[in-house]
Amino acid sequence: MPTVQFTDNIQRHVPCPPTQVQGTTVREVLDAVFADNPRARGYVLDEQGALRKHMAIFLDGRMILDRTSLSDAVQPDAKVYVMQALSGG
Amino acid sequence: MSNRILAATRKGLFSIERGKSRWTVKKVHFLGDNATMVLPDPRDGSVYVALGHGHFGVKLHRLRAGARKWDEIATPALPARPEGTPPRMDPMGRPIPDTVQLVWALEAADPARPGTLWCGTIPGGLFRSEDAGASWELNRGLWDHPKRLEWVGGGADYPGIHSVCVDPRDARRVAVGVSTGGVWLTTDGGISWTISSHGLRADYMPPEQANDPYFQDVHRLVQSPGQPAEWWIQHHNGVFRSTNDAALWEELQIPPSSFGFAVVAHPRDSGTAWFVPGMSDQRRVPVDGRVVVTRTRDGGRSFEVLTKGLPQRQAYDITYRHGLDIDASGDRLAFGTTTGSLWVTEDQGDSWKAVSEHLPPIYCVRFVEGG
Repeated sequence: MPTVQFTDNIQRHVPCPPTQVQGTTVREVLDAVFADNPRARGYVLDEQGALRKHMAIFLDGRMILDRTSLSDAVQPDAKVYVMQALSGG
Repeated sequence: MSNRILAATRKGLFSIERGKSRWTVKKVHFLGDNATMVLPDPRDGSVYVALGHGHFGVKLHRLRAGARKWDEIATPALPARPEGTPPRMDPMGRPIPDTVQLVWALEAADPARPGTLWCGTIPGGLFRSEDAGASWELNRGLWDHPKRLEWVGGGADYPGIHSVCVDPRDARRVAVGVSTGGVWLTTDGGISWTISSHGLRADYMPPEQANDPYFQDVHRLVQSPGQPAEWWIQHHNGVFRSTNDAALWEELQIPPSSFGFAVVAHPRDSGTAWFVPGMSDQRRVPVDGRVVVTRTRDGGRSFEVLTKGLPQRQAYDITYRHGLDIDASGDRLAFGTTTGSLWVTEDQGDSWKAVSEHLPPIYCVRFVEGG
């Protein structure tokens, strides 16, 4: 099962422990996480279901391409990191 | 007489209390977080705060009277665009986002019904809650008004609702101020809305459009609580007053400058209001480096420039639209600034004392009544 891990910075607002869930796309994986942790959804996704502008998701070491539909394919042994997007400064 | 002030700042919500002789910071909530708006609700003693997390979006929290722990409540959400429809464009050809960018106004909706709330947002949404923020409903009457799509961003990229005035005579009469998009009025609780900006003037538009009521950049709109037919606006390029329920606005020239963001009206005395002027829209600093508050007691026929206790050289504090408040007694006022200064008066502005000059940038200052 894919492993999902969240940035430390989100933990102050809503606890998001590392977890393993079923899913073949980023959307399915996140839906599975948020089914058990519904308050976390709004911290990662906006009200239209897209990844928030200043958030980033890394899938096996690369940033996902589809930030709107979250359709990037997830392998069974994938590592998914939900991080903050840093823009320098 | 209020003895407590809440200040929403770039780095948290500050609670400031009056001791025997002076005001001091007693507590900081959400330290480090961007608190954009606060509402101490006099109906049930709750406090609502809006946070704008750069990464994690806009959030709302509520502290019930007597509680020690904040509860996260629902955040207003814009409706999904029907699949396949392109995004709506603003008049500058930019897509209007389908997500709430900022909570810019929070007000008690009905004095007789605790838990009813109005919330104004960027981009241009007005929301209503009947259950103390457990859920929100977008006001479709205003959102679906065809003229809403002509609103444009002022200082922000997208337009927003920053002022919500609930008429003390009838809670179904509500006016909102839009930057930019004028004043909008409903008399039926939000089912239908009409523009109410006639007489406002926009120097930043071509001469043919300067008086168009839809193009007016209202910085702050307030209704005089004790004289509800009297209204005040601090506008992008001037100060305006209406004495006929916002039907027609009359321009006033105030010293030392008519530019600014904030205005408050006395809770009872007709014709009495306060402003915190800046130099101009091009130079958003105090005139000559002197922080002043301007007061009128005669409906704008004359003004006093109040300076006692305020820095009069090399000061660059600017007060945003929600940064000035007056308590229910009408004697105490407080204002906070972008450079983290907070001043209080207990004599209607005749003299001021600094609570702090080292707070984070202050967005909103509000007295807590009964607390």
